[in-house]
Amino acid sequence: MIDYYRQNSDQINGWLGWHARLSALPLLFGLLIALPLGWLARRYRWLYPPVVTVAGLLYTIPSLALFILLPGLLKTRILDPTNVVVALTVYTVALLVRVVADALGSVSEDVLQAATAMGYRRLGRLLKVELPIAVPVIAAGLRVAAVSNVSLVSVAALIGVPELGQLFTNGFQLSYQTPILLGILLSVLLALAFDSVIQLVARVLTPWRRAVPR
Amino acid sequence: MIAEIWNWLSDSAHWHGPDGVPIHLREHLQYSLIALLIAAAIALPLGLLIGHTGRGSFVVVAIANSFRALPTVGLLTFFVILIAPHIHSTGTATYLIPSEIVLVLLAIPSMLTNTYAGISAVDPAVRDAARGMGMRGSQTLWQVELPNALPLIFSGIRSSFLQVIATATITAYVSLGGLGRYLIDGLAQQDYPQMASGAVLVAVLALLIDVLLAAVQRYAVSRGITGRYSRKRIVDPAEQQAMIAAAPLT
Repeated sequence: MIDYYRQNSDQINGWLGWHARLSALPLLFGLLIALPLGWLARRYRWLYPPVVTVAGLLYTIPSLALFILLPGLLKTRILDPTNVVVALTVYTVALLVRVVADALGSVSEDVLQAATAMGYRRLGRLLKVELPIAVPVIAAGLRVAAVSNVSLVSVAALIGVPELGQLFTNGFQLSYQTPILLGILLSVLLALAFDSVIQLVARVLTPWRRAVPR
Repeated sequence: MIAEIWNWLSDSAHWHGPDGVPIHLREHLQYSLIALLIAAAIALPLGLLIGHTGRGSFVVVAIANSFRALPTVGLLTFFVILIAPHIHSTGTATYLIPSEIVLVLLAIPSMLTNTYAGISAVDPAVRDAARGMGMRGSQTLWQVELPNALPLIFSGIRSSFLQVIATATITAYVSLGGLGRYLIDGLAQQDYPQMASGAVLVAVLALLIDVLLAAVQRYAVSRGITGRYSRKRIVDPAEQQAMIAAAPLT
């Protein structure tokens, strides 16, 4: 496997880079969209059931189907990596909206009243009190999204998008195990790397959780 | 695009013969149901046992979770290459057996972790009450813990089913049938209407099955737990956790 990697390292590194970008961008976009949506679903209670239902329905669409339908909807080419980014952003938002709404909802009433009494206005209270308290739950949702994104990106290799999934399709066509095992290994390592980064960021963002030993 | 799909779907030539929608739909359901039944036969009893006894939970949950990081396409191609040369048969069995193994492996984690989580999340006071009423261990499991855990177990079955339906689409790549054929063949023939129609069919199938299972769940779960017929909706924190945990699909 190591020999195989050495012989093809340029190409494999390129695929690894694409794979990382194609999984990371949707996480970022998904979080940026899910935060305000989740807040809205929390702020206006009547929005919560429809938002959660639509998110659940979007989540049922198999990824290969979405990769193929998006070019028709977005007027992009089939091979355009944009389709993958948009599809995975859809899944990430679908997963995170509910998590964000529930996380904001789990902030206790006492904390909210204390913050208000200390002079926080609505926006300040949201940014400086509610969101930080919600960080661990949102991070947990983000970790699940990250791991599933890394796995889903490789499905796009079936329609020819260059990423680690190419190792699977190449290996399959040649009946050769080595590239497939290498691809599985690299993609698990990539998932682990994302997982660690998210945990680390969540830890940095919540210093008070470290101050008191549990 | 909508017109193209409509034209393709309303063409009666696509609904007959060996490459017709009914045949591929049947294959798709067949692959999925076989995998789901085998996975359920493994995951449900194991989850009940672990949840009831509380033994081995750490190891099983860790293994089930690490499975989620494995790329499905990688598993599928790997197992086909590994196993197919050793199966000497004519027909689809060569590719069907390795594909079913992968589908089963992918279906197990959601059902297993949700069953385990559902049983172990039963309020200890409820369990104590059952014991206080003189129930034996197995009676507690079947009459108290299982009914209480049903909503979570169902959501596990639902996400496993979706995972299997989605992955069964990909098995077309390793020369099996199913609705995925239209996606893979359409791509090879540069026939976008065929691909898009196949994609719509798969998405509709997944959606219908999820709605159907949701309906079954609604009537299978005791109304004492769902709060159906009462106005107050009980939001179970364990259910929220499981919604977060029951995520992956292909």
